[in-house]
Amino acid sequence: MPSPRYWREIPSRYRLEAAACRGCKRVIYPKRQICPQCGGVEFEATRLARRGRVVTSTVVHVAPTDLQMEAPYAMAVVETEEGARLMVQVADCDPSEVLPGMEVTLEFRLIRKEDHGGILCYGHKAVPVG
Amino acid sequence: MRDVAIISTGMTPFGELWQSGLRDLFVQAAREALMAVGSPSVDAIYVGNMSGGQFVGQEHLGPLMADHLGLAGVPATRVESACASGGVALRCGFLEVAAGASDLVLVAGVEKMNDGADVTNVLASAADQETEVYHGITFPGLYAMIARAHMARYGTTEEDLAAVSVKNHMHGARNPRAQFRSEVTAEQVMTSSMVAEPLRLLHCSPVSDGAAVVLLCPLERAREFTDAPVRIRSSGLATAPMALADRADPTFLDAVSLAAGRAYKSGGVTPSDIQVAEVHDCFSIAELCALEALCFTERGSAGELTRAGETALGGRIPVNTSGGLKSKGHPVGATGVAQAIEIVEQLRGEAGERQVPDATVGLAQNMGGSGASSVVHIFERV
Amino acid sequence: MAGIVGYGAFIPRNRVTAEEIAKQWGKDPAAIRRGLLLEEKSVPGLDEDTITISVAAGRAALERAGVDPQRVGALYIGSESHPYAVKPSGTVVAEALGIGPEVHIADFEFACKAGTEAMFVALGLVESGRVEYAMGIGADTSQGAPNDALEYSASAGGAAFLFGGQHVLADVVETYSYTSDTPDFWRREGQFYPRHGGRFTGEPAYFRHVTAATRAILDKTRLEPAAFRYAVFHMPNGKFPLAVGKQLGFKREQLEVGWIVSTMGNTYSGSSPTGLAAILDEATADDLILITSFGSGAGSDSFVLRATDLLADRRPRAPTVRSMLGGRRRYLTYGEYAKYREKIILNA
Repeated sequence: MPSPRYWREIPSRYRLEAAACRGCKRVIYPKRQICPQCGGVEFEATRLARRGRVVTSTVVHVAPTDLQMEAPYAMAVVETEEGARLMVQVADCDPSEVLPGMEVTLEFRLIRKEDHGGILCYGHKAVPVG
Repeated sequence: MRDVAIISTGMTPFGELWQSGLRDLFVQAAREALMAVGSPSVDAIYVGNMSGGQFVGQEHLGPLMADHLGLAGVPATRVESACASGGVALRCGFLEVAAGASDLVLVAGVEKMNDGADVTNVLASAADQETEVYHGITFPGLYAMIARAHMARYGTTEEDLAAVSVKNHMHGARNPRAQFRSEVTAEQVMTSSMVAEPLRLLHCSPVSDGAAVVLLCPLERAREFTDAPVRIRSSGLATAPMALADRADPTFLDAVSLAAGRAYKSGGVTPSDIQVAEVHDCFSIAELCALEALCFTERGSAGELTRAGETALGGRIPVNTSGGLKSKGHPVGATGVAQAIEIVEQLRGEAGERQVPDATVGLAQNMGGSGASSVVHIFERV
Repeated sequence: MAGIVGYGAFIPRNRVTAEEIAKQWGKDPAAIRRGLLLEEKSVPGLDEDTITISVAAGRAALERAGVDPQRVGALYIGSESHPYAVKPSGTVVAEALGIGPEVHIADFEFACKAGTEAMFVALGLVESGRVEYAMGIGADTSQGAPNDALEYSASAGGAAFLFGGQHVLADVVETYSYTSDTPDFWRREGQFYPRHGGRFTGEPAYFRHVTAATRAILDKTRLEPAAFRYAVFHMPNGKFPLAVGKQLGFKREQLEVGWIVSTMGNTYSGSSPTGLAAILDEATADDLILITSFGSGAGSDSFVLRATDLLADRRPRAPTVRSMLGGRRRYLTYGEYAKYREKIILNA
């Protein structure tokens, strides 16, 4: 991942900065310039609260080169308390435990290392509650 | 808008074609199509290709193709919509002829995937880079999530997924150009290695090289070139949110439904008029979801339809008689055009052992990424 | 008086037992457990490192403090396993916590005492009035070489302390640092595993510096060991902190709450800081607390703290150390442990 592109994403990846549309109130993550629901262009800055539930999931066995040592790993679409949805890995559990409806929190983790001594790329992963 | 016909086709076999580079592939397919009708002068070229740049470092395919066909000077455009590139190129050619801007248009689809690129990474560029791929999802992973959601909501089973692969291999065994010409059993499918749960290796289309070409001209001139023109009755294209997380219902392919609706409406046909169809089975689950979005069956019932044999040759609506992406192969940019060629051969009565008797109306559905784009064409025998 | 206004800790959820490691190398598990007083240790996942641990601990500290991160004027992280050789851990952690850009950041290194160093400097900046709030973090994911004694103890985890002048949860009564050049344990640039001087790490290193710093701070504060409710020392294994505590005149009951090494392992720069967090999880108003760290190379930082009545109030805002030690966790085989710790050689 080239550094400038990584750096621009820091607010959304590190702090889960999102945007609440002034028109239809939908919380959009990551932020956008145009609301996908109502086309509005006015937003309130907000942050996701780091709690949500699994909507659907899978366990990736054949992984991209960067993530081969972590395979098999669970991935899920998680819907947060605010109603935003994001795609994240699910960590700290047996991948087979990940089921729709499972409650999760979002924790700060190392997502990938650029190979050949490149930068470390951070973000959030889902961790089952309890 | 004028009526548009396909007057000629050309296609390489699909597979691991070590002897052929990207340009060899499209020249081979284009020559076949051109020579079949006396190599007429071409007014425009459209070439569908997902990523010549990432697979072999080659962009700017429009002029490259014109040049290598001995047609330097002819306007040529490369069209990209991930795995729907071929179908969208066909639509562009169709619209150009329909609008009267050109008479003879060559539409090609081509992909060279086996020259050592990191295929997983290249294909993943069809998904959302910032929000999906960054976090470690793969292409099969996205469809696997769709499969799980479909299974949870509708009770679709792993056997239903396997039935799609078994059927498509049965068809592909009869296709001389298919990458895999052997049948597979449900057991072989269900014991093949796991890729992303629940999708196994034999639920997934392969990595392929290949090219497919059709020649278009206004219907009123078609018989100058062929006794068996096939009319493109209509075309519909649609988009859907890029990221799976942004779709309201991950089990439903909105882009396919919208595109199909547009094609049915402007073509004045209903789903029950379709007698043969090529759909985008990049993974078995994609075929099931496509059948539902195309309204061939109710939401949630595609598994049942497949199990009952209704989508096999001899069934109510034969689907993927070519072998589909699974068995015929899936050189990404070429697929959309190859699907059109199968329907053309069906409607011309030239499909040999794969023939659907008396087929007069057919449909091809091509899709990009995890369903963010889809294009549907309806064809008829004239 | 300046002191701790917020604290937090994080311990990864994977574990490997001393028994599992002993079996790998054909050692007698019972002898290892008896000799080192170690049962199991925490293991970081492939997606965890000093930065991720610091973020989790830092988030908890800010929760307990109830302070707007924009008011934190300095952030220091001490570790011997900073993820980059050149590029600070502190900047990533600050951005994740919402601290900055008006903030001073530096990474600290001094073997196992880098955490208390970060705390020492953070405290000093607040006391000087130069910043309103400052955070000091000790966190590590250090490596133990295969088939070496340190493999049983080297673990992962850390604690974060936010220092400020008001709404203090524990006052800092006094500090003392004792340092000399003692080459007991080191790692050269480019080496994957550290090396150590065997028994030389005991008397001339750990015991000399811990006892010197502790005696000096007791002297300075004119306090006897019996005055303290709790004491925690750096925990390179289960035995050393109990032995030095006894030598200094502390009783087992005073050491118990902070002595978490037998199930956590030695989290290096996070060791005594996490022990301190475990103490703050239980301390009541006016309890006196002693912490003395030890970093090879070598030195010790000592702090005397007094809990306030605000502590009980703020404590429930984040997980306790014992809830993380005893909570949901996964036990790894040696093979999984080796994979997670990247001990398996791959092509460059």
